[in-house]
Amino acid sequence: MNLNELSILSLYSAMAVYALAFIAFSFDLAKRSAAVSQAQGDALRSAGPESVRSAGALGGTATLTRISARIVNDASTPYGRSPSLRVGVSLTVLAWLIHLVADVLRGLAAGRVPWANMYEFAMTGTLLIVTVFLIVLTRADLRFLGTFVTGMVLVLLGIAALRFYVEVAPLPPALQSAWLVIHVFVASLGTGFFALGFALSTVQLLQFRREAALGAATSRPAGSVPVGSVPAGSVPVVSGPAGTETPGWKNPLRFLATLPSAATLENLAYRVNIIGFILWTFTLMAGSIWAEKAWGRYWGWDTKEVWTFIIWTIYAGYIHARATRGWRGSRSAWLAIVGFSAVMFNFGIVNVFFKGLHAYSGL
Amino acid sequence: MSRPSDHYDSPAPVAAEGIVQPRLGFVGWLRWFWRQLTNMRTALFLLLLLAIAAVPGSLVPQRSSDPNGVTQYFTDNPDLAPALDKIQAFDVYSSAWFSAIYLLLFISLIGCVIPRTKHHFLALRAKPPRTPARLARLAGFTTRPAPAGTDAASAVDSARGLLAAGGYRVALFDSAPQADAREFSVSAERGYLRETGNLVFHFALVGILIAVGFGSGFGFSGQRVLVEGQTFVNTLLAYDSFNPGRFFNDEGLDPYKLTLNDFQVTYETKNLKAYGQPIDFTAGVSVTRRGQATETGEVKVNSPMRTGGTDVYLLGNGYAPSITVKNPQGDVVFTDAVPFLPQDANLTSLGVIKVPDGLAKQLGMIGFFYPTQAKATSGAFYSSFPDLEYPLLTLNAYAGDLGLDAGVPTSVYSLDTDKMTQLTGGKTGTKSIELKPGETQQLPNGLGSVTFDDAHPGAKTGDFSGSVLRFASFDIHNDPTQLWVLSFAVLALLGLLTSLFVPRRRVWVKAVEEADGSVRLEYAGLARGEDPALESVVTALADRHSDLLLSSQLATPAPERT
Ligand code: HEM
Repeated sequence: MNLNELSILSLYSAMAVYALAFIAFSFDLAKRSAAVSQAQGDALRSAGPESVRSAGALGGTATLTRISARIVNDASTPYGRSPSLRVGVSLTVLAWLIHLVADVLRGLAAGRVPWANMYEFAMTGTLLIVTVFLIVLTRADLRFLGTFVTGMVLVLLGIAALRFYVEVAPLPPALQSAWLVIHVFVASLGTGFFALGFALSTVQLLQFRREAALGAATSRPAGSVPVGSVPAGSVPVVSGPAGTETPGWKNPLRFLATLPSAATLENLAYRVNIIGFILWTFTLMAGSIWAEKAWGRYWGWDTKEVWTFIIWTIYAGYIHARATRGWRGSRSAWLAIVGFSAVMFNFGIVNVFFKGLHAYSGL
Repeated sequence: MSRPSDHYDSPAPVAAEGIVQPRLGFVGWLRWFWRQLTNMRTALFLLLLLAIAAVPGSLVPQRSSDPNGVTQYFTDNPDLAPALDKIQAFDVYSSAWFSAIYLLLFISLIGCVIPRTKHHFLALRAKPPRTPARLARLAGFTTRPAPAGTDAASAVDSARGLLAAGGYRVALFDSAPQADAREFSVSAERGYLRETGNLVFHFALVGILIAVGFGSGFGFSGQRVLVEGQTFVNTLLAYDSFNPGRFFNDEGLDPYKLTLNDFQVTYETKNLKAYGQPIDFTAGVSVTRRGQATETGEVKVNSPMRTGGTDVYLLGNGYAPSITVKNPQGDVVFTDAVPFLPQDANLTSLGVIKVPDGLAKQLGMIGFFYPTQAKATSGAFYSSFPDLEYPLLTLNAYAGDLGLDAGVPTSVYSLDTDKMTQLTGGKTGTKSIELKPGETQQLPNGLGSVTFDDAHPGAKTGDFSGSVLRFASFDIHNDPTQLWVLSFAVLALLGLLTSLFVPRRRVWVKAVEEADGSVRLEYAGLARGEDPALESVVTALADRHSDLLLSSQLATPAPERT
């Protein structure tokens, strides 16, 4: 067995472990939903405004274990430790290690950095997505994104292994440059941050919808209760007008009540996305410097350059939106989502189907 | 901070409903328009519009980056293409509409940034604002009793020292909210660099735009194909194609001489999975500048040569078979190394030879060159390896009118056979001419003969490695503002980093003398923009201040009060 075959074997093993982690994380989400139903059931049984309040107070004090001091966890339903969550994280770390081995072996087999064609980008890019996720976990408890991260990585790796696989080949002259190492690596790293930002913004939107429905549901009967003054999620809603908080098994998103509030999620998403934006800015600049050396012009509106520019502009728009009255909150979240979709489009579609100088997909 | 009125940090607009707008005069309208153009919402709208406007240029080939693609597009979509051309879809990035968007955006940017700069200059000189009367509603509000015997003024003074050492700008205030109580406070602000970074970033963007605009105006780019052994002199006429900027003046060209001595190619031969893939291209060149000795150098992909005010890039390469045509008397009527354009990765190459004079009729030949010729089951030839293992040249000859006298410029890479008769290949019944290096064949109809010259005639039989010359195509550029663009880009990045990571915040420490003579300390902060660490900063300040007060009290026992 040569190094590359070992690398492939490791990659498939990593995928298997990611799949297990994905299952564990999904299990955790299901348990969260169950915990929410439970909390609501309790609240209903002891009905009466007082007990509702106290359930809310509980939610306010509970903090998740590894949350950093900077980030408030303002989940409305307390939800602390779950074995499946820990199993999920442990499995992700294990899968990440095997993934790392696969990546390093591929690099050794090729005798260069393992990011010179689509297969290798996908492999290294997903490794970086998981790396960013694990590093961010040490600072903020975003374990609830485990399903998303492992799920996405699995899909991308699956596509890479089935559709993008190419044999080890030496670098063509156009790619023989230190800028390949820098430019592509930073782009992949930026993608890791954008991926997390995307996930956070998506959850933020869902959470916002839930909070809005709750606000409507609770303020209606009380008449005078201002929206937001009642701890969201702890309120027994029999049937919300939007149907988002239906107790029982009907709403698969009940676990949202155990996640931070939309406002907290928005702040988290912003922090992750601006790091991504800075890395992307650097990618754009490093790419221009490389293009100047390789093609004799630093900017030529080649398709890949166009898309890098589009992505950069969308995220600049996102940052502006966050600072614009009327655009904070959900609207800016949509921009982050559009931005990440453009990143994925750039990687999956532009590389493969669009004509241009960046003909390095290896396909 | 004088941001646009719809910045989320600006005071909310006063409701204007019900108020009848006064009629605006011309100046009023201008002012209104200017305010619209320079608010955040417009900036955001224009940014997003710019992103959308950039998309079509990736869907339709662009003249600037892919001129052949545009020609092909016209052939493939004869109805659609002219319509698209009308809306400048093939020149998106220099189109009127794209330019309008980014120019408006940049005007908006300038209009936005100038007042902010003015304001920021003033803010840099101003004292931090007066301490708010009630700190309890602010971020990280913390209250601590001062150690017994500490007086309010000196407690605040030590807090001032702490804050000043931490890079805050500070101002002391004292006030008497009630007749019998006094309050001392320090108001501190830091992070002015955040706004500076933001302004630097936006100005740097303007710098990039201007530098790019000038660069394209004063620079030029040109292309030149050189066969091994050929020399090029850097003058306008010597270029195969030349694209000057609007303000370009050819007196600026330094007429240096550039010779392609040899062109080395390495192909992968060990790794069977990548067999034949190029690993290295190196053009060995010598350069002679006016009044200077000849220097030799290398041009490689990713490694241009900078000489005589120009940058020389290696962008392409291929084979240039040497072909000699003789008339029936044996006089040479044509001899040249003709660059053949590569058609695939194994360098199956296509070329055209035109012999206008010296034969009974004008002669044109379309040739395929196979560096390593192989035969498919269909009988068609192809090249199976890009290097010279088993080279073969096939030619189809045409006689008639080459169309050179019509005064219409024709491409050296294409042959118009409308007014010519095919002599070999195809349906003529005569076999195409097939030549290996060094071989000669007679042309049909006694026109003459054609020879595929061996560039390295002394080689062992079977060794073709040097038998055909190679050509390199060079791009030669001059962009006088390139370094400016880079500098502004670096500046933008630095500005971005400071503006996104330097927290701007205000912190207040207040010492309140209580009725019983004790002193209560209050701490609070206010974020200006994103500042996740604010609360912990305020708490940490309270802790350090308490420690400081305690330790200074231990060091110097409080003087007896009388
Ligand atoms: C070429 C167009 C523009 C681009 C690419 C751009 C990009 C950016 C970026 C990346 C940021 C965040 C980094 C920082 O704070 O320095 C930013 C912030 C900002 N921009 Fe722009 N900008 C553009 C035009 C404008 C215009 C026209 C305005 C004024 C209407 C404006 C006003 C602002 C403001 C006020 C902020 C601070 C946002 C905050 O408080 O978080 N920008 N811009």
